[in-house]
Amino acid sequence: MVNYGERLDRTFAALVDPTRRAILARLEREDGASISALAQPFAIKLPAVMKHLDVLDDAGLITRSKIGRTVTVRLRPEPIREAMDWLRRYERFWSHSLDRLAAYAERKETEARKKRR
Amino acid sequence: MTSVTLVRRIKARPSIVFDALTTVEGIANWWGPDAGPVLAAEIDPQVGGRFRVRFRMLDGSEHESSGEYVDVVKPERLIMTWRWTGGVEDPGESLVEFRLRPVADGTELILTHSGLHDDETRGSHEHGWTGALDKLERHFFVIEGSPL
Repeated sequence: MVNYGERLDRTFAALVDPTRRAILARLEREDGASISALAQPFAIKLPAVMKHLDVLDDAGLITRSKIGRTVTVRLRPEPIREAMDWLRRYERFWSHSLDRLAAYAERKETEARKKRR
Repeated sequence: MTSVTLVRRIKARPSIVFDALTTVEGIANWWGPDAGPVLAAEIDPQVGGRFRVRFRMLDGSEHESSGEYVDVVKPERLIMTWRWTGGVEDPGESLVEFRLRPVADGTELILTHSGLHDDETRGSHEHGWTGALDKLERHFFVIEGSPL
């Protein structure tokens, strides 16, 4: 069982490469594509594409299913959603903290002005 | 680059906002993602000094973060390292920057929490991949919401 932190590591590491992001972007449009179709737009050889697919597969970002001689690649959205949720936790933390910070500082400003009068 | 940036306009002068960021009394009044209380705050706001803040959320869970001040210029900026401590959630060290700018009715505060994920994106020439991630995710929701 891969833990949460390791899953995030794999997701972010998989997404850092532009070729892999392009593959994911295509899969989100097409809902399933063959490996040769995926390799076609890139100026890299099929084995290199296979390596990228292995990384995406390890990160749980794609699934591969074989029917006859054709392997169909599909997207799995869960890891991306998990990574976004993780980033949003920080956003929530700071957004709420800064709202309260602003309210507190504004109270202090009002007090400081009253004292000066 | 995994980072979060937020901007707030506050109707208080920068020195008051800075004090709110760098005093125990101030921090006890605002730190945390919901209305739960700050349980402990130790801060030494000078370069090389450390902070440690523990808070409880409304769901009862307790969290603690700590780090070291790397730049302290009153009332302009406050930069500190950040790490979740006292729990299992530690994803490594990140960096928190507060920048304060005087504006007509008070202060503009810019918060950046960067280096949220310790991976090879750091120092990479790739930009905007969190944006790409966001786009991908939004698309997923559209796909799932459609009657396909």
